[in-house]
Amino acid sequence: MELKDIIKEENKVYSKPELLDDVHMHYCPGCSHGVVHKLIAEVVAEMGLTEKTVGISPVGCAVFAYNYIDVDWVEAAHGRAPAVATAISRLWPEDVVFTYQGDGDMAAIGTAETIHAANRGENIVMIFINNAIYGMTGGQMAPTTLIGQKTATTPYGRRVDLNGHPLEITDILATLPGTCYVTRQAVHTPAGARKTKAAIKKAFENALTKKGTSVVEVVSTCNSGWKLSPVKANEWMEENMFKHYPLGDLKVD
Amino acid sequence: MAKLKGAITVNVERCKGCNLCVAACPTDTLSLQPNEVNDRGYHYAYMSNPDACTGCCSCAWVCPDACIEVYRVKID
Amino acid sequence: MKGNEAVAHAAIRYGCDGYFGYPITPQSEVLETLEALMPWETTGMVVLQAESEVAAINMVYGGAASGKAVMTSSSSPGISLKQEGISYMAGAFLPALILNVMRGGPGLGTIQPSQADYFQATKGGGHGDYHLIVLAPSSVQEMVDFVGLGFDLAFKYRVPSMILADGIVGQMMEKVVLPPFRPRRTDEEIRKQCPWATNGRTGKRKRNVVTSLELESSRMEEVNHRLQECYREIEKAETRCEEIDTDDADYLIVAFGSIARICAKAMELAREKGIKVGILRPITLWPFPKEAVRKAADGKKGILCVELNAGQMIEDVRLAIHDCIPVEHYGRLGGIIPSPTEIVEALENKIIEK
Repeated sequence: MELKDIIKEENKVYSKPELLDDVHMHYCPGCSHGVVHKLIAEVVAEMGLTEKTVGISPVGCAVFAYNYIDVDWVEAAHGRAPAVATAISRLWPEDVVFTYQGDGDMAAIGTAETIHAANRGENIVMIFINNAIYGMTGGQMAPTTLIGQKTATTPYGRRVDLNGHPLEITDILATLPGTCYVTRQAVHTPAGARKTKAAIKKAFENALTKKGTSVVEVVSTCNSGWKLSPVKANEWMEENMFKHYPLGDLKVD
Repeated sequence: MAKLKGAITVNVERCKGCNLCVAACPTDTLSLQPNEVNDRGYHYAYMSNPDACTGCCSCAWVCPDACIEVYRVKID
Repeated sequence: MKGNEAVAHAAIRYGCDGYFGYPITPQSEVLETLEALMPWETTGMVVLQAESEVAAINMVYGGAASGKAVMTSSSSPGISLKQEGISYMAGAFLPALILNVMRGGPGLGTIQPSQADYFQATKGGGHGDYHLIVLAPSSVQEMVDFVGLGFDLAFKYRVPSMILADGIVGQMMEKVVLPPFRPRRTDEEIRKQCPWATNGRTGKRKRNVVTSLELESSRMEEVNHRLQECYREIEKAETRCEEIDTDDADYLIVAFGSIARICAKAMELAREKGIKVGILRPITLWPFPKEAVRKAADGKKGILCVELNAGQMIEDVRLAIHDCIPVEHYGRLGGIIPSPTEIVEALENKIIEK
């Protein structure tokens, strides 16, 4: 059978989701953001939520998420996405509002907003990209940077005595009665990406049925910040990140 | 038994040559272009061994730039 | 009723969609009154005590981005915390209402009244080239009226507006006439009035994005020009002030907010002594009533600016008249309110006898 007989519209089993714009994304080659964007675009379309979804983009690499996924977006000040989402969700209760936040946004500058929105049990989805580094500003230490991990501001490795411990914000959120679903996933393998998509879908369903706050952490790579190739970064993530941030559901109500 | 035969197309200009699809492919179908580059200078992915493709979509799932379309047929 | 309580009633009656605040003296009665009135049971208005002023202003940012009529209130230190969010709203062309019931600073300062946030309110406050429409009430009635006016102007021009009150007006009790109840806009009305708002792509319309970010310099300059054009329009159309007996006066007192009422008493005392004084009270502090000040200053022998600060509005007065007649400042700091007699003495010592 020749290629031209296979490559036909009726045989198509996978393509770029319609809600993901046909524009070049500014992310570095191999960046996990692209995969997660794609999964969100798929979930929104499959659940028929295109007209009801509002995304809140953070400060960080994903600040331009609004250029890629074809839903309404508000760009928030650094760390304030959960507060912005709180208001929109309360004022437009039929909408599904999700935040898209990095580790600095979620667990350093925005810790208060993150914890309090979750503690109030706002009907929002928090998608948390944890790559243990500040990508956009050039690879500085994040609250989730591992002990010993080298970054631009921990050039000899993160030290507990100097920099404290990695903050496990997702574990903290799982202890709050306001959260209904807290999970940690990764998109480095096809199976991982499939599971992450299922998690995002579940989180959106929770928002629709007003069950409370859902948190989907995606343990991710930042191969540029980590100074590794995309493939090597996946390996490093499996060997190091998963030990500290084990994958799986932390809370399912 | 029915056999699955697949093929992919790559949106060459979206591709950044990150190699994640190549690493994810269970049948060694894909490679990065050794010489050719796209407008942005990336060695983009292509089917270097098209006969091996089963249309499993692994490459597409891990592609951060959504540049892979997958096609699949059953052959009796 | 108290000025702060009156604001809460006015907000509900205006058809405000949401209030987000954090307690701070001397304005906590706004949030307390709203919580007691439970407007979510009647008009559907959302009321939320946030975890901080920072969160509250970002809730306002989000609510405004979605097209709703939303507000917050705070007092000086809290307003400082809100400045980033206010700058974001200005940069993203969002309408909202912010009430500052000023107290004395700097720092934690005092809970007593002050007007020391004039610079912060009228010159930007946060980062970047922007302005708020700033309304200065001198009575509880104006606290009520400026809720509606503040929202109307904010939506007309897509800028945040601020009611710059002080602790006196916030805490003072007076009789007021509340406006009639107005229903909140329906979702359909909001979508029509605010086609730019982010509340879901209903009817598969093109997506809306609310952002103040623009990395391309020429486009960022364009955004800034758009803002400035908007400000020029506001300056032309929305300047407001009140004048009392300025026509026959030899001297002019310029004062805003509650202190203008004490100046009115001082004016009476001065006139009893044969000193002909008139008062000009700017109601919009931005846009500042430059033209009115210039006209009122014409033929006068001098101007006394009375403020509960060390001399802030006086800069705008001097710019307005290009120092063509003597302009002096009189103010008390730290929460002390000058008596009418003190003001007359200041007029005599600083202007008349000089």
